[in-house]
Amino acid sequence: MSHDLLIPSQLMSALLPDLILMGGAMVLMLLAAWKPDSAEHQRTVGIGAMALIVVTIAAVVYMASSGASAATNGPIAVDGFRWVVDIVILLAALGTIALAVEHNVREGITQGEAHVLVLFATAGMMILAAGRDLMVVFLGIEIMSVAVYVLAGLNRRSPRAAEASLKYFLLGAFATGFLLYGIALVYGATGATQFTAIGESIRLHELYEHPMLWIGMGLMLIGLGFKVAAAPFHMWAPDVYDGAPTPITAFMAAAVKAAAFATFLRLWYESFYYTLDAWIQPVWWLAVVTMLVGNLVALAQQNIKRMLAYSSIVHSGYLLVAVAASTALASTAFLFYVFAYTLATFGAFAVVATLQRNDDRPPMIADYEGLWHTRPWLAVAMAVFLLSLLGFPVFGGVGFFAKWYLLQAALQSHVGLASLAVILVVTSVISAGYYLQVVRVMFMKDRPAGAAEPAPMGALTRLVLGTAAVLILGFGLFPSQLVRASRTGSFTPYPYSPALGVGVPAPLR
Amino acid sequence: MTAFLDSIGYNGWILPALLGLPLVGALALFLQGATAGDAPDHQAHAAAHAGAAMKSSRSLALAFFIAEAVLSLGLWWSVDVASPDWQSRVDLAWIPQWGARFTVGLDGISLMLVLLTTLLMPLAVLGGWTAIREKTASYYALLLILTTGMLGVFVALDLVLFYVMWEVMLIPMYLIIGIWGGQRRLYASLKFFLYTMIGSLLMLVAIIWLGLEAGRGGTPNFSYDVVLNMTRTGEVGGTLWLFIAFAVAFAVKVPMWPFHTWLPDAHVEAPTAGSVILAAIMLKMGTFGFVRFAVPLFPEVAMHPTVRTVMLVLAVVGIVYGALVALVQPDFKKLVAYSSVSHLGFVMLGIFAMTVESMQGALMVTISHGISTGALFLLIGMIYERRHTRLIEDFGGIAKVMPIFAVCLTVVSLSSIGVPGTNGFIGEFLVLVGSFKTQPYYAVIAATSVIFSAAYLLWAVQRIIYNPLVKPENLALKGMDLNWREIGLLAPLLLGILWLGVYPKPVLAKTEAAAVRMVKEVEAGRMNPIRLGAVER
Repeated sequence: MSHDLLIPSQLMSALLPDLILMGGAMVLMLLAAWKPDSAEHQRTVGIGAMALIVVTIAAVVYMASSGASAATNGPIAVDGFRWVVDIVILLAALGTIALAVEHNVREGITQGEAHVLVLFATAGMMILAAGRDLMVVFLGIEIMSVAVYVLAGLNRRSPRAAEASLKYFLLGAFATGFLLYGIALVYGATGATQFTAIGESIRLHELYEHPMLWIGMGLMLIGLGFKVAAAPFHMWAPDVYDGAPTPITAFMAAAVKAAAFATFLRLWYESFYYTLDAWIQPVWWLAVVTMLVGNLVALAQQNIKRMLAYSSIVHSGYLLVAVAASTALASTAFLFYVFAYTLATFGAFAVVATLQRNDDRPPMIADYEGLWHTRPWLAVAMAVFLLSLLGFPVFGGVGFFAKWYLLQAALQSHVGLASLAVILVVTSVISAGYYLQVVRVMFMKDRPAGAAEPAPMGALTRLVLGTAAVLILGFGLFPSQLVRASRTGSFTPYPYSPALGVGVPAPLR
Repeated sequence: MTAFLDSIGYNGWILPALLGLPLVGALALFLQGATAGDAPDHQAHAAAHAGAAMKSSRSLALAFFIAEAVLSLGLWWSVDVASPDWQSRVDLAWIPQWGARFTVGLDGISLMLVLLTTLLMPLAVLGGWTAIREKTASYYALLLILTTGMLGVFVALDLVLFYVMWEVMLIPMYLIIGIWGGQRRLYASLKFFLYTMIGSLLMLVAIIWLGLEAGRGGTPNFSYDVVLNMTRTGEVGGTLWLFIAFAVAFAVKVPMWPFHTWLPDAHVEAPTAGSVILAAIMLKMGTFGFVRFAVPLFPEVAMHPTVRTVMLVLAVVGIVYGALVALVQPDFKKLVAYSSVSHLGFVMLGIFAMTVESMQGALMVTISHGISTGALFLLIGMIYERRHTRLIEDFGGIAKVMPIFAVCLTVVSLSSIGVPGTNGFIGEFLVLVGSFKTQPYYAVIAATSVIFSAAYLLWAVQRIIYNPLVKPENLALKGMDLNWREIGLLAPLLLGILWLGVYPKPVLAKTEAAAVRMVKEVEAGRMNPIRLGAVER
């Protein structure tokens, strides 16, 4: 069914999953405040939140399968890309809450509101995935960010969490300033805030080299670069990832990144496709610097959360390749990659969460020495997640095909990104150094004498770990269903819109 | 025999079965390891428990390896090597959207390598029969996965499948070296992994590029035949870069000088079975890669005078350098490792000389090096288990206390040197004869290594088994000569050495048609233009 977004009832129905999630989150908020904080109560709220997410996923799947669509000039996108990103975000939120229900109790966080905050952040992300208007995007970013700032500092007794939260808040506010200024300048240059209208305006008025537009794009690139933790705007990520409670770190590494990238990709494909000549060089360099800096600095990390933080920076660099490629294939590869990356990141952080001690000591790679001898399955699962992040076939499962798809997109792009593809594989060799370091420590070292036995795993954590590993390995052998699913979300970067009375755009020069 | 094999549809299922059986075995071992994994608390109990677990898992693994070997034997009869078509071909859908298929098949060349693999694996397992005591289930499971990877490389006819198999072997070998290896195992295993991975990732880009070109803007096509057709008609761009990407991946694996430095470390630190597999099979995947992919896909680049000179020089440098460095090694295992560099140089010389004789010789060296170096590593493993040293100077006069060992070591060393009457001679002789036709200077330099190899191996053998028997540790070896298991596992190798040395015709006949075909095709394609950039369409 096609939605006319100017009719309120149809707009409501286009926002069905988002409304379900937000409404449910409000109710859960009341439920959380109903009783005094306790471990059982936060568990109840957590399970309610998970149930809500499952319902929302069902709504998304319903919308996706009902063939819902809308004209491209509305403020909300109703297309496959949105639904696939929504699914990834919701799965990540589900995993986060599943981990948090058990992890928070161990860390002494008993507020049920923590789970509701995750839901609010998720709602913001879903708005980002849907947003096709700079105002809506800004709204989504703020809803998401404010909730995540609080989540980062959830553990009030930990000075490191407080530092993380404050740092994230200050730098995030600063970056939002960049983004907002960029939005203002782009609006000033084009007179539009809707993505496709911006594109049409650039084309109609030949604003290809308009300085105000360029500065606006540059500022937005910085703002979004901050949100996705692309170097050199990544400085906050290691500290925040390290200080935040581990389930929240996983949430930030997977969902926040996926949502920010989704809007990044959509904006760049739909609005700025015509100014590709202006931004391709900066984005190219952003990708290269991110891959290099992330990989090289990750090599030196002793703290496993910081190592994974740098690894998530590296993956931002890989995803920037999809942004640069500017083809329908690249948008598909992007979705495939985000899904694979989310599974692997989630799995890895789930392992970190289970092995974390209750004291406020940072989790070190050295703590994993000889893990294979005491917890063989956990060590094998961790190896699978890390090899998946490395992009290794079969043992790393779907991670390999994700990288494969990305390389295919880069090589098939008309922009000419063969050099970027080569840099991608060369830098991913560097990443073998630190991913294998953990594998080596787990499997090839003996358990140090007197090392504490890891705490037993909770059922939900087991479930998250097992599901992630099985999905990674299963799709790693037979990825074609996943390719099919990602393809439903592909969209072409041409902002062709008969509604605005504009013809088929001229091919890029 | 052929009629019987046809009646059971052997050709239709044998390759998937050979690839699948080890995986089933690995799964069985993992399950066995998982159920038997929780060792009891008592120290004594735990030891007995571990012993029982070790025995059951190694028997199970051996059963799978033997089943694999027996299954594969039928290929000797079922494969029609004269046919230009792929034999035992199986083609299944895998990832239709990307044009990747599960396509496997054989020709005369890959047939010999598959048989080498399946027949050698049980012997490698028997070689580490008593040496591996910890985590045995995982060890044998990894060996089984490794087998699938190696066989997959030899039979893959789809570039995606080939790449996946090529990488799959890395992790098991990395873990085998890193967990069950010697003193410097951590360093050696990481070096092995990084070298191979750096080499092969550029090949990944090249493979995707080829697949996209073959798909001509539509669905990519990674079928080996389609890609071969495309490159043969000179319709693909950037052939020089593509060749380099493939050649680097394979050169690291061979290993060609100067990419060889991972090899001595990995060989020395790996447990016996690991060394045997590395030397006998995994190095051959590098040369096989040149024969199957790098050279036939890009004949114009491979046969370009400059490229060819570079490859031939590297091959000859490897031959002489490997031999000279082997001469001064105090560690016997390292000596054998460097001798591999030298022998594999012969294979590369044979491939790039590109005559039918030299190609045939290269394949013969491939197989005979697998047998003799495999046997050498097994023998080193046997003496190491008894003496816990590999330093040549620690031995002396072993022949007096371990006569059977001494006989075996002498025969195997002679075959590695390439003495007429052993398998080593046939291959090296054919390479030299063949390459003398087109590349006389390189052939002459390479021939000197026959003298060097006699020098380093005979000298080492003399110091180990002859010299006076003075050291008390060596005197203590009396009565500890090879046992029946060890004799039994060496016997097939010794038979192979003599059989191939006296009557190599069956093997040469199997590989001849493929070698002739390849030389003809490469000669036909060598005049194609070399392209640096993309082809305009």
